[in-house]
Amino acid sequence: MAGAVETARAQLYASVGRRKLLDRLFVLLGMCILFAALLTLAVLFLNLVHDGAGRFGWDFFTSFPSRIATRAGILSAWVGTSLVMLVTVAVAMPMGVAAAIYLEEYAPKNWVTAIIEINVTNLAGVPSIIYGLLALGLFVYKMSLGESIATAGLTLALLILPIVIVATREALRAVPRSIREAAYALGATQWEVTAHHVLPYSTGGILTGMIIGLSRAIGETAPIITIGALAFIAFLPTPPLSGDFPYVNFTWLSDSFTVMPIQMFNWVSRPDPAFQVNAAAAGAILLGMTLLMNGVAIYVRYRFRKKINW
Amino acid sequence: MLRRLRRRKIRDRVIESLLLLSGLFAVFITAAIVYILVSESIPFFRHIRLVEFFTDTMWTPMFDSPRFGILPLLAGTLVTTFVALCVAIPCGIIIAIYLSEFAPHRVREVVKPFLELLGAVPTVVYGYFALMMVTPFLRHFLPDLPGFNMLSPGLVIGIMIIPYIASVSEDAMRSVPNYMREGSYAMGATRFQTAVRVVVPGAISGIAAAFILGISRAVGETMVVAVAGGLQPNLTWNPMESAATITAFIVQVSLGDLPHDSIGYQSIFAAGLTLMVTTLIFNIAGFMLTRRFREVY
Repeated sequence: MAGAVETARAQLYASVGRRKLLDRLFVLLGMCILFAALLTLAVLFLNLVHDGAGRFGWDFFTSFPSRIATRAGILSAWVGTSLVMLVTVAVAMPMGVAAAIYLEEYAPKNWVTAIIEINVTNLAGVPSIIYGLLALGLFVYKMSLGESIATAGLTLALLILPIVIVATREALRAVPRSIREAAYALGATQWEVTAHHVLPYSTGGILTGMIIGLSRAIGETAPIITIGALAFIAFLPTPPLSGDFPYVNFTWLSDSFTVMPIQMFNWVSRPDPAFQVNAAAAGAILLGMTLLMNGVAIYVRYRFRKKINW
Repeated sequence: MLRRLRRRKIRDRVIESLLLLSGLFAVFITAAIVYILVSESIPFFRHIRLVEFFTDTMWTPMFDSPRFGILPLLAGTLVTTFVALCVAIPCGIIIAIYLSEFAPHRVREVVKPFLELLGAVPTVVYGYFALMMVTPFLRHFLPDLPGFNMLSPGLVIGIMIIPYIASVSEDAMRSVPNYMREGSYAMGATRFQTAVRVVVPGAISGIAAAFILGISRAVGETMVVAVAGGLQPNLTWNPMESAATITAFIVQVSLGDLPHDSIGYQSIFAAGLTLMVTTLIFNIAGFMLTRRFREVY
């Protein structure tokens, strides 16, 4: 009798032990996979830096592309990237924030709102190359903007619009109702409530979304290739700022350009291994910029979250 | 006083309509995408019959006697997507279960942003990674692997979409109410049993939506395959061969200088339309699944 109870107890303990072991094994597995994923990122970055080490230097940033690998640089690429990003921010930021404000603060619950929301969700899932085809058909041919900085900037702005909208909506949603109600109680109109109270509180979230959107745009290659950007650009666009009146000009918007990812793609697809070194160096810079922007975004979010106490 | 009030109200109305316009801009983009893809494909489908488009086994738009069968490109897309999902689904799900059910709060807060970085790496950099690091590495084990193949871009796309699958499934798992977990613990279940038998089934439609998001990312991924896949349309289901995907073909054509009204130019819009329809189907399915999922609790 006592023996039977003992065996049953032993069996129970063994079974519980097995299950607990399974628990621990799973934790181990989860940690291993997570670690492997993060390790991949580290290996990727370090490998790029290692492979491209020979090319890091002042010359690399101040030289135009060239047929001789050791003389080629990314001057036209980083200038092009900066100008394209300028256009992207100028279009995506106001558009995205305005759309998000409408959806979060104003939109009534009706079919128009439903359609807009479905569209924003769907656009986030549209492959980037489709935006390239849209730009090729619409901006390059229908609107005759050509293969210019304006076309590229607009294309990338459309591409990151859903990211900006979603991030801004989240930031607006985080502002408590009580703040809006207090402002209404003092007689503010809806726009005054939004502009004076809700928007300032959500600046951190909006900035985070914008930076993350830009970090996506900076690395996008496919849509820019589709609109017909060239890799071999041995001149710079017209400078946007000049010493003479009116100091600012917009002719650069219609200039030809190249961007960092296209320059890198061009080097990767060459059979000559000397160009692979250039590709690695450009890749390390591009990846470094992306990681930096994401780091800044995380930091901004953290800072603003800490500063605000509801 | 009243006049000022009225002025403020009018200003409010004007601003509201401006905001609405920005919102409607999203609808305009979708409409423009559909319009451009369809209107630029129509001339293409005047030349090539739909039956030929879907049954011909050759895609050679640049040859003197061009053939336009989408199957080789579609096969390339499906093979790379399949390889990617073989990596991303198990890894993504395990990471999601670990982060949602096992990891301490602090670990989750620290790890998640790092994990999202995997999805933020520029795709052309991933292309370089696939071509210059993953393929040579795989060749240690598979000596016959050609320099351009679908296996290595597929694996790399898989790594790239892990964060999408992990974070969407984790959100789904975390919105499973706690009382369900507590009920399971009260019956003596361990964490692992609770996770696998209660939380995952409870979040299953959200997890399915995560898969669909991952699938549409993998289908639409361009640069990794364009760099490491070989750009050679090839009707094969073997990931160890080189092939082109729909997206890689579009990039390849765009690199050349095509006249506006040539059949080659029109063919990239037809390819794009095929791609769009494929992802749209996945997205609609995903939207409906998330909608259903929301109604559960």
